[in-house]
This record gives sequence, structure tokens and C-alpha cells, in this order.
Amino acid sequence: MADVLVVSELKDGELKKISRELTSAARKIADAIGGKVHTVVIAASADKYAADLKAVGADAIITANLGDFNPEGYANGIAAIIQEKKPAVVLIPHSSQGKEYSARVAIKVNAGIVADAVGLSVDGGKVVAKKPIYSGKAYANFKISSDIQIFTVRANSQEVSQKEGAGSVEASSASAGEVRLKSLSKDLSGGNKVQLADASIIVSGGRGIKGPENWPLLQDLADTLGAALGASRATVDAGWISHSHQVGQTGKTVSPNCYIACGISGAIQHLAGMGSSKYIVAINKDGDAPIFKVATYGVVADLFEVVPALTSEFKKVLG
Amino acid sequence: MKIVVLVKQVPDTETSIKPGDKSINESGVKWIISPYDEFAIEEGIRIREKSGGEVIAVSLGPDRVVEALRTAYAMGVDRAVHVKVDDYVTFDSTYTSELLANLIKAENADLVIGGRQSIDTDSSQVVIQIAERMNVPHVAMALKLEFDGKKVTATREIEGGTEVVETSLPLAVTAQKGLNEPRYPSLKGIMSAKKKPVEVKKPEELGATASKLEVVSLEPPPPRVAGRKLEAGDAQGFASQLVKALREEAKVI
Repeated sequence: MADVLVVSELKDGELKKISRELTSAARKIADAIGGKVHTVVIAASADKYAADLKAVGADAIITANLGDFNPEGYANGIAAIIQEKKPAVVLIPHSSQGKEYSARVAIKVNAGIVADAVGLSVDGGKVVAKKPIYSGKAYANFKISSDIQIFTVRANSQEVSQKEGAGSVEASSASAGEVRLKSLSKDLSGGNKVQLADASIIVSGGRGIKGPENWPLLQDLADTLGAALGASRATVDAGWISHSHQVGQTGKTVSPNCYIACGISGAIQHLAGMGSSKYIVAINKDGDAPIFKVATYGVVADLFEVVPALTSEFKKVLG
Repeated sequence: MKIVVLVKQVPDTETSIKPGDKSINESGVKWIISPYDEFAIEEGIRIREKSGGEVIAVSLGPDRVVEALRTAYAMGVDRAVHVKVDDYVTFDSTYTSELLANLIKAENADLVIGGRQSIDTDSSQVVIQIAERMNVPHVAMALKLEFDGKKVTATREIEGGTEVVETSLPLAVTAQKGLNEPRYPSLKGIMSAKKKPVEVKKPEELGATASKLEVVSLEPPPPRVAGRKLEAGDAQGFASQLVKALREEAKVI
């Protein structure tokens, strides 16, 4: 068989965009190698998601009732589905959850894995995965020699394309099984309204914002655009914002369609985390800041004047 | 407690990288310990300082990785093991995790700690794969670890916040920034580290099977779209130009 299996992700009961991105990518691979696309939804029912996933290429939507996220539980359930469906290719989001269970799944099904792929193509019946290495200073192309090839894929790296699949729905009997990690409590109070990892727009602040009291300026712009709020290492180290907002080498790696850097000079460690953004806007008073070397659009001006003007201008045009 | 800390040597972020056909040109590259692995080494040492036991630093790679093990010695680990592989299989997480898991099983370690990802491949795979191969639980992105006999309570980073979890030893952990503040090696530590023994293990001794990954090619990063600086008289001018550019030219908003 030359099927492709996608593990989709939900957020607050809604399908994340990456689930559509990966199903679209799976459709292209399946068409090239002559197989079907199975998309697994980790939920009790697929009613809410089936039409969306069918529209982007899913031949089969498989539900897996695995409960709340547990890395071992998800790995057990997804490995069982892979063993049953025997796909040639498995696509998993390179999200914080995907990174965790994919590692266990690869060992359980004895598959090679390429993590954090940003490009997928087919050559001689095998997938060639492209991924940035060495902080984006080089890109490598990999092939996996095992029967099952697993790839975790970066959000916003694949186009969503409308190509309808057969769209049948089936329930899987896969279960979470025995798990040894027990969740005692969660604290989501310090987090982002929009997750950095899959945000398609990010508004990010650096030392140029001068102090924590000025985050609302950037948050207003972010809220207007439905964007996530990012931060440079300097602002996190200064205690102005929690580490969960940090973009860069010791923070999160992001690839949004649009990254708006406000008062960020652009240290190499920061560029390592956001350099693969499709469009980069830099707003900085210092016209010599290294961020302007990678910026698609550079604005050499005071962010305290430009950002509010930008917010109100966007409010006007976005209604 | 017997603790294994995993130490990967990676190029310094500031170093320039020249991609060759299938591997980078290593001349002129400055090598460092992957920053997240420093948190792992520090945590291993702190646990031993508190509850006793032994900390073993393990690094996989060619001869140059011995330098990273010397640094780990200088920080305070008790033993160092070099898994000597000369070719470029370190991209292959399943091969790496198999070698390391076989070594760790033979050592009968209670705890394995590595960084949450290495900064050369950013894959976040090896430590959790080792957990699976050892058939033990894992805590990813740990920010705090507490031990009470075999019971472990940990705080970890999750999407949008933190989570407190409970599990038991043996265990594998990936270290996130915030777990601790790695110490600098002391001068005395650096001097004595030079004389300490580094055990060498070869892949065939560790029962490794073949690599599952083929490096097809390396290439330079895609060129960035040529940027331009916008010109305007005032903030309002910049704002309207930028909105126009992002909506009509880039079509991203």
C-alpha cells in the first residue's frame, strides 16, 4: 500500500489550520505514489470535521477517542492505527504535542523520522523532506529508507489546496492504553491568546519597547490582526514577559506568513527562530539594525508612533 | 541515583556554515555544547549534589566531541562516555537513540536528561525515543523536577502555559530554559578535567542496526525576497504604506 496518514490537531474543539495544511500535502503525496489519504481526528466523533477534511483531500476520516493529551496515550493510539492501516507515509504536526508523541510512534512502528520538515516532494516513490538545519543557515533534503516514513511538519509551511477526497468516516478502536505520566494541574494564565507555533501573523517586541508597561501597544495590534504576541530574548531576560512568548534560538521557532518585529535589533539567535517567516516587517529607530537585512518591509521610525497608527489603520480596513 | 546526561556538540550559532554536498564544511566551525544540554548537565549535577549517586555524561559523534565531555567534567560530572561515530549519521534520530538507549540500558540508569532540542537539527526526538526504547515514561520541556524516592513531580511547559505532572523512575527528561542556571566550569575543574578518562564505545559494541535516513543533499537557505525600506514623512504615512504593502503586494493580511 502507498497510503498517506495524517494526524490532525484540534484546538478548543476546532480543527487547527495545520490539519488542513497536512491533509492537502498528503493528497499531493498520495496522488504521486498512488494511494489514499487517511486523516486521523483525535475526538469521539468526526461529524464536525469531516466536510472540512474531505474538501482538502481526505479519503478517510478516522476518529480516535484518546482523551486529553498524554504523550504516551497518543503514541499508543496512533501507533495502533498506523499498524492497522500500514501507510507508507505519516505526517504529524511539528507542534509541542506532535514533537512528543511522534518520537515514541517512530520507535513503536520501527520507522525512520524527519522532524520539522518545511518541504515535501516525491522522488522515486519516496518522500524527500526538506528541513532547515544549523539555525536556518543550511537546508537539508532527506529520504527515509524504512517501509513507513514519518515526517513532522512545521505549521504554515504547506499550502492548503482544495482537492476533494472520498471523505468516508470511520471510528477506530485504538485506545490510549496504559500511561505512566499523570497530569496533576495546568496553568494557562501566562500564555498567549494565539499560539506562536501556529500563528500565521506574529507581532513581536524587543528592547525597543522600553518596558513591560508598553506591551498593550503591541497586544492591541496583535488583537486587531488576530496575531500572536512574540518577544525577543532581551525582553524575557529582563523579566518584562514570560518565556512562553520568546521567539528565537532559546525560545520558539516560528514560520508565520507575516512577522512584525517592533524594536527588535535582530541578533542572529533571534533570526534563527523567525528567519523562515514569509514576510518580515521591521519597525526600528536604528536604520543600521541587522533586522533590516532580512526585512521585506523596513520602517525606520519610532515604534511608539508607528504602531498605534498601524493599529488604527488596520482597524479601518479590516472593519 | 544513576543519572545519564546527554551532551550534543553543535556549531556555535554565530559560526558561519558552508553547506557541502551531504555535510557541512567543518573547517573554521566553532563547536559548543547545545545550550539546552547545559541545563541537562546542570540538573544532573544538582540532583547528585542533593541526593547522591553518579552523573555520566554521554556524547555521540566524532573525536571532536571529547571537548564537550571535558567541559561536562569541568562542570562536575563523574564519568564521561564517548560514542564514537565518524560519519554524518547524527541527523538520524532513530539510529542515535538506539545506540544511546543500548548504552543507558547497560548502565542501568534511573534518569536520563537531555536538552529539549539540539540547536543544529531542532528535531526534539532523541531523548523521547530513548524513553520509548527503554520502556519508561518521559517528561518533556521540564521547568522543575522534584524527587521523593521513586516518585517524581515535575513542572513542564505546554502550549500556552505550564503543567504539573507526576510519574516515577526510571524516567527520561528533556530540559527547557528555566529549569536551572548552568554553572560555569571552575578553573580548577577545567584543569582536572584534562586528566580524566573518557570511555570510548563503538557502534558495533552497542548493537546498532543500520541508519534509516539518507541525506540526499544540502543546499544554502532560500534567498530572501529583496527587502525595501519604506519612505514616509510621518507615522501615519508609514502606517498607510505598510497596510497597503501587506494587503495588496504581499497579500498576507
